[in-house]
Amino acid sequence: MSLKHLSQIAWIAAVSFGGELLNYLLPLPIPGSIYGLVLMLILLMTGIVKLDRVKSVGDWLVSIMPVMFVGPVVGLISSYDSYKDIIIPVFVITVLTTVITMAATGLTAQGIIRLQEGKEDETNAE
Amino acid sequence: MLNEMAANISFFGIFLTGVMYTLAIAIQKRFKSPLLNPLLVACIIIIALLLITDIDYNIFLYGKLKADGSYDGTGAVMFQNLLTPTTVCLAIPLYEKLRYLKKYPAAILGGILAGTVACLTSVLLLSMLFGLDHTQYVTLLPKSITTAIGMGVSEELGGMPAVTVASIVLTGIIGNVISGGVLKLFHISHPVAQGVAIGTSSHAIGTARAREFGEVQEAMSGLSIAVCGLMTVVLASFYAMIHF
Repeated sequence: MSLKHLSQIAWIAAVSFGGELLNYLLPLPIPGSIYGLVLMLILLMTGIVKLDRVKSVGDWLVSIMPVMFVGPVVGLISSYDSYKDIIIPVFVITVLTTVITMAATGLTAQGIIRLQEGKEDETNAE
Repeated sequence: MLNEMAANISFFGIFLTGVMYTLAIAIQKRFKSPLLNPLLVACIIIIALLLITDIDYNIFLYGKLKADGSYDGTGAVMFQNLLTPTTVCLAIPLYEKLRYLKKYPAAILGGILAGTVACLTSVLLLSMLFGLDHTQYVTLLPKSITTAIGMGVSEELGGMPAVTVASIVLTGIIGNVISGGVLKLFHISHPVAQGVAIGTSSHAIGTARAREFGEVQEAMSGLSIAVCGLMTVVLASFYAMIHF
């Protein structure tokens, strides 16, 4: 850790705040974190923020992300009454929709690729 | 008694979360099974410990109970507070993978859009079939996207975020386990299509499996996580307007 990381934290915090500000100002059901994600992407693509200005702290945060969900998931013990009647439907819906989504996505993507490759004769897959 | 002790000592929740998550990662490294997802294992251990010791969830989550009835914030919530900046940082891997989009833009975006619509529509139809109420229905709408975005969407739409997170983790584990079989069954053999299918249906936990298929599959899967998450944010808000 160095001062470089402190400035990375500052950039990331600034964009996070910007995202929350947009969530506060705009009447859309979009989380502040998503405005922040898009804002960060725009800043990177336009070169206003260089990748190495946020990368090491950003990659570290993304790598430890699962631990941030421990609190909410453990919270399932205190809200048991609100979902105890739907455990089986939730399980069945989760399994079925995962298969449906995977098949629909893969078949559509592959179909479009085949269609284009048919038109342009030979295009390599890799 | 243990509850009273935990209520008077700072850092209990941070300590328990850090230790159990580290332990869960060690368990997965040892056994290498996708069913031993570290988040799942850590949460099961912590839930069991809290139930056995009868320690209040709020103390685990928010920390030491102060004299004025508020908590000192040294619980698992400290990790949770990093969620928004971390979601913002998902822009970094997305930015680094954007070049892959240039090869097959129509196939990738078309595939992800088809998958997102298929997911939302099948959640809608199955929710109607099972007679779920609106809160339960919107809870499941973001079930296929990355946890950070999905939890935020669930909150914004008035769902139950904790149940959303559970469904998302389950989705990832299922996607990780069945992707080989599903891709074979539907004859999805193109590496780009395989990667997009895995990332769109089962986010980061599925992407860990896509890595084993190949480099193209992994990159496509990683790209799809963020794109599918963003599409879902927009489309789910329309699906949430449907009442049945």
